[in-house]
Amino acid sequence: MLANTLVYGFVNSVILVLVALGFNLTFGISGVANFAYGAVYILGALLCWTFFNSVGLPYVLAIMLAVIITAIAGALMYRFVLLRIRGMVLSEVIATFGIGLALLELFKYLGFIGFEYSLPVFIDTSIDIGQVVIDMQRIFIVIIGIVMAGFLWFFTHHTRTGLRFRGIAQDERTALSLGINTDRVAMLSVSFGAAYAAIAAIVILPLGTINVEQGYSVLINALAVCIVGGLGSTGGVVLASFLIGYGQTFTVTYLESHWVMLVPLIAILAILVVKPSGLYGEQKELEERI
Amino acid sequence: MSPSPLLRIFGLSKNFGGVQAINDLSMELVEGELLGLIGPNGSGKTTAVNLITGFVKPTEGEITFRDRDITGWAPYKIVRLGIARTFQMVKPFYQLPAYKNMIIPLYSPRVKQMTGGKYGDRDAKALDLLEEVGFERDAFVAYKAASALPQGYLKRLELAKAIALNPDLMILDELFSGLSLAEVASIVPIIEKLRQEGKTIIMIEHRLKELFRIADRIVVLNFGEKIAEGTSDEVMESDAVKKAYLGAEA
Amino acid sequence: MKRRRERIDRGIKARSGDLFALCSWREMLYLSTPRLLPIIGLLVLSFALSVYWQRVLLSVSVFALLAISWDILAQTGMISLGQALFFGTGAYLAGIMNHYWGWPPVVTIPLATFFGGLLCTGFLVPVLRLRGIYFSMVTLIIPLMLVRIIEATRIFGGTEGISGLAPLPSRWMELYLVIAALLATLFGFRRLMSSDFGLVLKGINDNDRSVMNAGINIYWFKTQSLFIASSVGAFAGAFMTHIYLFVGMPVFALDYSILPIAAAVVGGIGTFAGSVLGAFILVPLSEILRGLGGLRIVFYGVFLVLFTVAIPEGIFHYIQRKYHQVERWVEVEK
Ligand SMILES: Nc1ncnc2c1ncn2[C@@H]1O[C@H](COP(=O)(O)OP(=O)(O)O)[C@@H](O)[C@H]1O
Ligand SMILES: [Mg+2]
Repeated sequence: MLANTLVYGFVNSVILVLVALGFNLTFGISGVANFAYGAVYILGALLCWTFFNSVGLPYVLAIMLAVIITAIAGALMYRFVLLRIRGMVLSEVIATFGIGLALLELFKYLGFIGFEYSLPVFIDTSIDIGQVVIDMQRIFIVIIGIVMAGFLWFFTHHTRTGLRFRGIAQDERTALSLGINTDRVAMLSVSFGAAYAAIAAIVILPLGTINVEQGYSVLINALAVCIVGGLGSTGGVVLASFLIGYGQTFTVTYLESHWVMLVPLIAILAILVVKPSGLYGEQKELEERI
Repeated sequence: MSPSPLLRIFGLSKNFGGVQAINDLSMELVEGELLGLIGPNGSGKTTAVNLITGFVKPTEGEITFRDRDITGWAPYKIVRLGIARTFQMVKPFYQLPAYKNMIIPLYSPRVKQMTGGKYGDRDAKALDLLEEVGFERDAFVAYKAASALPQGYLKRLELAKAIALNPDLMILDELFSGLSLAEVASIVPIIEKLRQEGKTIIMIEHRLKELFRIADRIVVLNFGEKIAEGTSDEVMESDAVKKAYLGAEA
Repeated sequence: MKRRRERIDRGIKARSGDLFALCSWREMLYLSTPRLLPIIGLLVLSFALSVYWQRVLLSVSVFALLAISWDILAQTGMISLGQALFFGTGAYLAGIMNHYWGWPPVVTIPLATFFGGLLCTGFLVPVLRLRGIYFSMVTLIIPLMLVRIIEATRIFGGTEGISGLAPLPSRWMELYLVIAALLATLFGFRRLMSSDFGLVLKGINDNDRSVMNAGINIYWFKTQSLFIASSVGAFAGAFMTHIYLFVGMPVFALDYSILPIAAAVVGGIGTFAGSVLGAFILVPLSEILRGLGGLRIVFYGVFLVLFTVAIPEGIFHYIQRKYHQVERWVEVEK
């Protein structure tokens, strides 16, 4: 029983990491809080579903296409909407929120709800770890979660574009004066965030169906993790995901499954009281702009 | 026994993720003094001001004002004790007329304290204060939108905002930079008048000539450390200062 | 040959700028028309409309209140994505007081307004010290979470909600209560924001360092603004509870968050009158588009994006400009 909880709690935590990484990535680099994140997540999944089921492409190809197109959609969103209102937080928040809402409600209206909208698992087997039986898809989730977090670290520390990312994350004006095209980098960051959302969706959603409502839950979870961990901090995302992830799994196992939603809420309220900027956050409003 | 200092800074350090902006800075300031704080760009002058006024929390060290430890206090509490500052980068509310810009400092609890619980007519007070710093009343300059004012007036506005708080200690961060000689010459008397009223002042300046004429004492910073202290002549004679200003080979 | 558009204040605007406006009827009319228009308009509408459209007017007013409440927060630099939090808190408080303790609406509405404001402010105060974006994030997710929690824990009637609540004495009472509240909030807030207190609030949004540097505790002022705004939202919720005679999970629905923002953005941020105007456009529109179901929210979303990107000043500013200024094309020498 305990072994089971530990293993499934681990998987659940990695799911949260996956879900929150993209949002956090975009924010950490360009300072854009993408409230359309949940919609982008669902968009990725639906694209994949369409390429696989309606167009009939091989699954691998469908996945790649879906991820690429979602990334392009993110870039377009930056180019045609965010670029014009860059730096005005009010407009950024409202515009991304509006886009997300419009997309999700449009999907709902178009009727993407139902059992048939589900993605196939990658390999349909399960394996035993000790006494715990776990299906292959969950193993994939863990592997891909680790790979994506690792890739993010590698990318931002060892590639040219990645270093530019960190450059503008630290000080956009200085980066600009060093010849970094900050608009291009910000666009890439939104696009990267979108790609991360699509990958997360395609790995995670085979566990259930593609439900448009999940767009909202994903956004809630991503925001909760980022608030608890501290916006813009990858370490914080991981730590917060494990706290909330294990918290939820233990709640389901030992308390009542209804109370799962209480876990992130309590985590948020607790962190707001104890350390409002999050576990690893240093987002004090005043000091950073002096 | 010498009078206890108005402001005392002891062992102050500030580290911005690797950049040592201020390193083990100690100094004292007696009441009524005008201290000039100089140093090359990036030597930590503004950071020192931010530390004193609470906008930045020190990594180490202690600041006392009138023998009260104010280290780590919130900026608004420090202002209420009687320390006011100007910002190097002026950022007024551009859409508002100049005198409306004065409303916010005049709304301060500090002003209420000083006037015995009454704020009075803020608009009239604002116009008076602005006239004091050289907004010609006849020309209605105070009624112009801040966005329409030249830099010289914006700096005066910044100064008037600090004066409005009726502070005991004023810290003026590069008040003269970006101004013409004539503009500087017209502001100097205002500062001299403040001194006569008994205000203690710290001035950060790059215009050494003007500063040396009015300062009692100079402190020189370089790379966050105090490299010299004394009267203007003593300071200019110091080798360390020559080196810092003229480069290593001097 | 190039042209540019020149805008000049109307003569009458200049003439009615000071006390001498009292010398002439025209000038007095010029000044009072924009102020009387909403008052008279609302009163006339309340008589002229059919019962169905009176209901719509009710919900226009409620959304206008929420939009005004959003606007004052936005002007203080707090971007709320969850007006539903204020609305829902007020609604549940009123419902609980009425259902469990049997208190009449005369008592529940004021109490829910006050304590709803207090509760929401308490929730959000820790966030005020952080960057603005945290405020948006927290306000967005808390109502969405509260819904799930009510659903899961089955408190306060769970998914069923609480029904059979006490109504207000009469239909007219309902209508005039909310109209009075709307007008009071509209004019009161406009007054407030043009006072010195309002100047401080706007100053915080513009340049908080400078306000802090005046010895003003910006967090205390933000807290006050938050309390004022959330009380207005809570009032709207408490009022609606006694109209629907029901309170349940839908009070935390996204509609109550998104429509007020859309109204404020479409009408024009920073004037309150814009928010009211926006509500008067969007709410009836959404009544007409009722048949479209979920597609309505898609429209709001699209409106939001279009207006923020293309017409960020909103409709009200445009009208205001036309009212006060004449425009003409003048030729500019090359
Ligand atoms: N908020 C901050 N974050 C990071 N580094 C800072 C910050 N403020 C100042 N610094 C650094 O501290 C050093 C001193 O800056 P400053 O005090 O502004 O110098 P000065 O006013 O003497 O020109 C500089 O290297 C500057 O880059
Ligand atoms: Mg400086």
